Amino acid sequence: MLELQNITKIYHPGSATEHRLFEGFSLTVPDGQFVSIVGSNGSGKTSLLNILCGSIGVEGGDVLVDGESIRKKKEFQRYASMGRVYQDPGLGTAPNLTMLENLSLADNKGKPFGLSRGVNRKRLDFYRAELSALGLGLEDKLDVKMGALSGGQRQAVALLMATLTPLRFLILDEHTAALDPKTAGIIMELTGKVIREKGLTALMVTHNLRYAVEYGDRLLMLNQGHVVMDRAGEEKAKTSIDEVMETFNRIALETGA
Amino acid sequence: MEQFLSALPATLIQGLIYALISLGVYITYSILDFPDLGVDGTFPLGAAVTAVLLTKGVSPWLTLPIAMGVGALAGLFTGFIHVRLKVRDLLAGIITMTALFSLNLQIAGSNLTIERSTDTIFSSRAVLALCGDMTLTGRKILVSLVLVLAVKLGMDAYLRTKSGLLLRAVGDNASLVTTLAMDRGRMKILGLAISNALVALAGCIVCHESRSFSATMGTGQLVYGLAAVIIGISLAHAWSGSMERLTSCRKGLLRVLTHPAGTTAVIVGSILYKTCIQAAMSMGVPANMMKLVTALLFLLVLVLSGRKGEEIIRA
Repeated sequence: MLELQNITKIYHPGSATEHRLFEGFSLTVPDGQFVSIVGSNGSGKTSLLNILCGSIGVEGGDVLVDGESIRKKKEFQRYASMGRVYQDPGLGTAPNLTMLENLSLADNKGKPFGLSRGVNRKRLDFYRAELSALGLGLEDKLDVKMGALSGGQRQAVALLMATLTPLRFLILDEHTAALDPKTAGIIMELTGKVIREKGLTALMVTHNLRYAVEYGDRLLMLNQGHVVMDRAGEEKAKTSIDEVMETFNRIALETGA
Repeated sequence: MEQFLSALPATLIQGLIYALISLGVYITYSILDFPDLGVDGTFPLGAAVTAVLLTKGVSPWLTLPIAMGVGALAGLFTGFIHVRLKVRDLLAGIITMTALFSLNLQIAGSNLTIERSTDTIFSSRAVLALCGDMTLTGRKILVSLVLVLAVKLGMDAYLRTKSGLLLRAVGDNASLVTTLAMDRGRMKILGLAISNALVALAGCIVCHESRSFSATMGTGQLVYGLAAVIIGISLAHAWSGSMERLTSCRKGLLRVLTHPAGTTAVIVGSILYKTCIQAAMSMGVPANMMKLVTALLFLLVLVLSGRKGEEIIRA
């Protein structure tokens, strides 16, 4: 279970541009839940993910996993049980390393990075199988540098790398936003599949309201640091895209966001 | 021309020894994306430690690991300032460099000259036993070549390990390393330690070769290392590009020749750069102008390679 308790997040505290984003913000995500988070720019979606991962600090409140605080844990320590895919396809992979080297790195997550061989040839068949499951023809490109691949291909590999080793939480930060609609659709399908198959607890920030409605079993709409819509289970299944769109537009008008 | 040719063996020795600087700079600048100005302090540090040890009668070969150890400590210091105290990379290096200037003088006492009677690695018993019938110049070339090749092969092997792969990833995409639940700061410190160990080793061997330490011998060594790296990598890039058009062989032994490793490229770059500087000197440029020649040649390299130091292809 993942919890945000009474979070206060203030940007530029004490300055003229001080911005109080969250004040007493709380959120509980039970194990195995797939949460889609929508909201306009500045609503706090990405800040929420960054607070969970420890990429940014908070002024108050606590972050808990299974009831235990992880607030003191550094960002890299938190990723021991988390995977993250960013909006920028360049952030999930190392562009000047080959795909094989990238996968080998991801495959070793959780184990020490010592002086044994970096690339384990015995794992080649496993990598090929995982890559061919993506259905993008990447299984023949293991020796190609990541930077030479397209954004969609890199994002697919980034998703694979983030979920290659056992993990509990998957953090998706607008991970389809930089892709063309067709590729975005493919990546979303892969995302849904891996979350279902591995039984992950997932938080997905997206600007695509359709994905938010179609995927996941909980829908969260944020506006200026507040939850304005929270639908889960049956209720979420019955929520239509028109209703979400209507709420989204109404709030945008009301708050001028 | 005659002067240039007669100086060629000496130039080759210099190119080989100074290649250790460029191998160190290759780690920080090309792999880690960290411009480490500490090099200008670590190079004389290696020489200062070596000069003192040699005059104290320590076995010449023992000075090599000791110099490397001390250099690694200097790298740790730069890394600590940058990573833990969060000082910008350039400034962290400048602090180390400045601090080391005094420390080097403190270690050596003053500029030092090592007496002829003191054995260096080039005249040590083991080397004399193996190739005693060679001239001193011949022995210098051989020993430097063996040392540089050993370092190169060691580095190549390390960069293929899990730790080496992670080090390359830190310079390439630091956020990836964080999401792998690894501390990228620690990897940076490790890279700086390895790099500075190599630079101090260069200082150590230069001290053996020239039998001297001077407090100012570090000036411009980072520029030297950068120039050698950029020359080497640019040439290797052009070379593998044209080889790809000539042959379709992408696998196997031939690939080593058509796609030289970054470390090989950097060593070749160092030898070429020393040769260029030597050529300029033999055209009658006074010795005091050597750093000016070094700097102008570096500028020429930057402009010609079209990289301006911004985008070095990471091998």
